[in-house]
Amino acid sequence: MFMKLATGTVALALAATLQMAPLSAAETLNVPSLTYRTGPFAGAGIPIANGFSDYLTMLNERDGGIGGLKIVNPECETGYNSQKGVECYEATKGDGALVYNPYSTGITLQLIPKAPVDKIPVLSMGYGLSATAVGEKFPWGFNYPATYWSQMSSILKYIDSKDGGIKGKKIGFIYLDVGYGKEPIPLLDALSKSMGFTVAKFPVGVKEMQSQSSHWLKVRKEKPDWMIMWGFGAMNATAIKEAAKIKYPLDHFIGNWWAGANADLDPVGEVGKGYIAANMSGNGTDFPAIQDVLKFVVDKGLSQVKDRSEVGKVLYNRGVLNAVVVAEGIRLAQKISGKAAITGSDMRDGLEAMDISAARWKELGFEGFTAPIKSTCKDHAGGGSIFLQQWNGSSWERISDLIPPMTDIVRPMLLAAADKYVADKPDWQTQACE
Amino acid sequence: MLYRESGQFKTNYKQDSAIFPILQDRIAIMFYLAVAFIVIPIFGSNFFIDSMMIPFLIFTLAAIGLNILTGYTGQISLGSGAFMGVGAYSAYKLVTIFPDTNVILLIVLSGFFAAGIGMIFGLPSLRIKGFYLVVTTLAAQFFLEWAFIRIPWLYNYNDSGAIEVPRREVMNVIVTGPEASSVTRYLIVLSIVVVMTWIASNLIHGRIGRSWMMIRDMDIAAELIGVRPLYAKISAFAVSSFYCGVAGAMMVFLWLGAAEVESFDSNQSFLLLFMVIIGGLGSLVGSYLGAAFIWMLPVVLRALPKLFGLDINTATVEHINFMIIGALIVFFLIIEPNGMARMWSMLKQKLRVWPFPY
Repeated sequence: MFMKLATGTVALALAATLQMAPLSAAETLNVPSLTYRTGPFAGAGIPIANGFSDYLTMLNERDGGIGGLKIVNPECETGYNSQKGVECYEATKGDGALVYNPYSTGITLQLIPKAPVDKIPVLSMGYGLSATAVGEKFPWGFNYPATYWSQMSSILKYIDSKDGGIKGKKIGFIYLDVGYGKEPIPLLDALSKSMGFTVAKFPVGVKEMQSQSSHWLKVRKEKPDWMIMWGFGAMNATAIKEAAKIKYPLDHFIGNWWAGANADLDPVGEVGKGYIAANMSGNGTDFPAIQDVLKFVVDKGLSQVKDRSEVGKVLYNRGVLNAVVVAEGIRLAQKISGKAAITGSDMRDGLEAMDISAARWKELGFEGFTAPIKSTCKDHAGGGSIFLQQWNGSSWERISDLIPPMTDIVRPMLLAAADKYVADKPDWQTQACE
Repeated sequence: MLYRESGQFKTNYKQDSAIFPILQDRIAIMFYLAVAFIVIPIFGSNFFIDSMMIPFLIFTLAAIGLNILTGYTGQISLGSGAFMGVGAYSAYKLVTIFPDTNVILLIVLSGFFAAGIGMIFGLPSLRIKGFYLVVTTLAAQFFLEWAFIRIPWLYNYNDSGAIEVPRREVMNVIVTGPEASSVTRYLIVLSIVVVMTWIASNLIHGRIGRSWMMIRDMDIAAELIGVRPLYAKISAFAVSSFYCGVAGAMMVFLWLGAAEVESFDSNQSFLLLFMVIIGGLGSLVGSYLGAAFIWMLPVVLRALPKLFGLDINTATVEHINFMIIGALIVFFLIIEPNGMARMWSMLKQKLRVWPFPY
């Protein structure tokens, strides 16, 4: 009896998992999403996931997919947890996944070494490992439109253009004390010498995200002329409130593109007026393609958004931008390989050939949405211009033109970082570019 | 019917004190081992091996480690996640410093570093007990997390602050790194876990294990009989951390492939504690059951809607998952506060006397 029970259970477990291997859909374009609609960062994860899937659904509804093939977008929930991220990757990679967009630095780091083995490229759009911008060393990693380093250089350029230059100023850098937050520090240190400013650093531990009074007390003591923030999730709103409390001029407080979403500023409201943040995707719904998303997806009830007003917000549009880039990569891959049903390798070639000029953005229905993106064999960060936006108390207003990064300074640092990453991995797959 | 011991006579003390006195149990163990070593590698899909079996075994080993400390010695610890981290980071350092040494050996060796750190943080247990000890182990957790971020030497000054597993071969078979096949990694993890379970079982049934349990049941009485609390408690911390350390090293090297500090945060410690409590304090089988319950059940539940062709969005599935797991935890602890291991042994007892219960 007992033995039967035991064998029965094991057999059942085995049978269940054997069946779990997903049915492979032959003639579709499979773009899995690793989402985090739950957990501590769901506030950012939900709009990104919605924007991403809505745009792809729109392409299915309006154009019947890409090249005649429908796009499928299976979601797997990670809760921003790296362990679950790997589980999701293993669960979804089997049925011809074309590209992964991990939306988490931790998961990206785990997927980068797997990409060349499984032949599925990783597109970490503006996050993850900055060094993946170096195409020679990371043939399977892409992080356009910009890296954290190029973004930091653009922000410093903006500061340099205000109040008579950056020379002799003191820049305060408040950051989430994890890999993500620490990443721009080498660049900040390097530029402080060449541009002639001083840096005061204020690390915020993950557990202190929502109690930053002591950090801002230090800020008050240090009196930096500008503050730059690399924050995420609950940290952002807290920081802005604390800054307002010590009467720090908010129009001298600049967040990066993870510290400038509607979800971050809505709880702050009027108090946060004047706060500036970097962005790479246009705001609002005044783009023909986004109107199509509303028409073909949201109004038909095919979207997961709860309310029409969620469309066009900062992170929703970030998800859309990601989906546009993926779709364009698929188109290019189809063109290069000459077949509609492409593989992960074809997708990689497509992503590397990425070239969305201003004219192409207009053609796609996104005029003025973001900077042109052009990737080459060497440069997987493609362009990297960003713009700045300011909070007016209830929504974001764009306040700057596109600011290109200081490529001459960022590029050598990226090369050095890529060399360092590859140095202790003798078998690392690289590629030669002419 | 089948599970019955009639006709099995014990003719010497050795048989009488065997861990599995009943023939059927011994057959069952052989059967499980055969399934684990032969059937699963041949028939299991990559997903099943990579995302269910490997993590399950790794968490089992960590749960055994925590069970030695909490279940057998009665010292509650919330630092086990960090001790896993110590194992992982020291394995990373060892592997990068000695690139030509057998990586499996280095993974096991990294347990000694965890054991050392565990002994240091075990010292307060000589003076304080219960909730106060929980606080000091929590301090260990936070301190070690801080160290993993703040001491860049530990991650070889990577810009990403993460540890990444390099490719290593043992006897021309790729063992770690992305090219390593899941079956290879699975068999290594399985072998280490089986051997270490066997060692743990022997430790527990031997003199050291008995001194641990005496300390747990009544430390003053144990002291009067001649058990030295210093040795008993510190050895429990050392062995426990050793197990957690090896589990942590395997987690990074044979499962995840790269890890940040977040993989070893206090959530990890809580997860292990849940595994031990739900599985059964002071039981090796319980460690297996607890790990299976906490790790495998959610994976299966997540896959269920798709299996039945239901199209529920992933967030809802996740929320339902949390609710089901939470409810089951409460349910199990209400019907059997001593954990699933106790239910398991009660089931066996019932089967033994079935169909004529007395």
